[in-house]
Amino acid sequence: MRPLILLFLLLASPVGAVEPAERLADPALESRARGISAELRCLVCQNESIDESHADLAHDIRVLVRERLLAGDSDTAATGAVVARYGDFVLLRPPMKPATWPLWFGPLALLIVGAGCSLLWLRHRPQAAPAPLDDAERKALETLLREDM
Amino acid sequence: MRRLLYLAPVGLFLVLAGYFAFSLRPGYDPHTLPSAMIDKEAPVFELARLAGNGTIGREALKGHPVVVNFFASWCVPCRVEHPLLMRLAQREHIPLIGIAYKDKPADSARLLAQFGDPYRDVGMDRDGRTGLDFGVYGVPETYVIDATGHIRKRFVGPLSAEAVDHELLPLLRTLGGS
Repeated sequence: MRPLILLFLLLASPVGAVEPAERLADPALESRARGISAELRCLVCQNESIDESHADLAHDIRVLVRERLLAGDSDTAATGAVVARYGDFVLLRPPMKPATWPLWFGPLALLIVGAGCSLLWLRHRPQAAPAPLDDAERKALETLLREDM
Repeated sequence: MRRLLYLAPVGLFLVLAGYFAFSLRPGYDPHTLPSAMIDKEAPVFELARLAGNGTIGREALKGHPVVVNFFASWCVPCRVEHPLLMRLAQREHIPLIGIAYKDKPADSARLLAQFGDPYRDVGMDRDGRTGLDFGVYGVPETYVIDATGHIRKRFVGPLSAEAVDHELLPLLRTLGGS
């Protein structure tokens, strides 16, 4: 029984929120539409793609993307049609441009600053070994140790 | 030099506190998105009039600044801003164009009969396609359109008296609104 359940679990694939009526007849076009939809943010539930979201607006945008593909648009043009209406924010993968440089390179810059600070700190740490004990200190230490026993 | 280093946490705290103060300032909602349509021409549309006499299109927006308001009878925040729209229409004489978003004509008509009709014209966007073309992501949304038909500002969510007095009306005045 258990292997059978496991098999079913493995066979199950994510279906997203695409409704049967939305699906395109041409499987190649439909798979392109699914690919585009997975990269577009739903503006109502802002951390889901429109492919996963059941929001009304996500449905409308899925239909828009499919219409553009049916009209012969390339993937980029279909995505562009949505970006023209809602801005770069709909792209789950933000584009590389001056306004998004902090987003892309900020973490790297922080890492470099942090590494620099660590390096400075390591350099300036006192490294000389402590001076060896003189006779009086050694005697005091022995007394202390003996007291302990 | 070393002394200055001890001040670094204080500096860091000030930077963070400044950022939080900026993000928590009153009237700022981080979920509100900037419109991609600002300064672009309003999209082409052709909607049946609620009144039943023909259609309303983009040409109706040109000639003088207008305010386009997307609303729906099923939308609760729309009722919140409705008295403000009435004030805009009656006291300020602002030309308001209503677009009923995914609403049944009978329901829109009942809403306007019950609470008053602030609009000079109302188009029925039954399938939400015009909303999609404007970049609407939730009603109510309000767009200020200048005399050449270009979108100049968008308000997401219900208008507040503050937004009307400090943003909407001054903008219309600079656009030479009636």
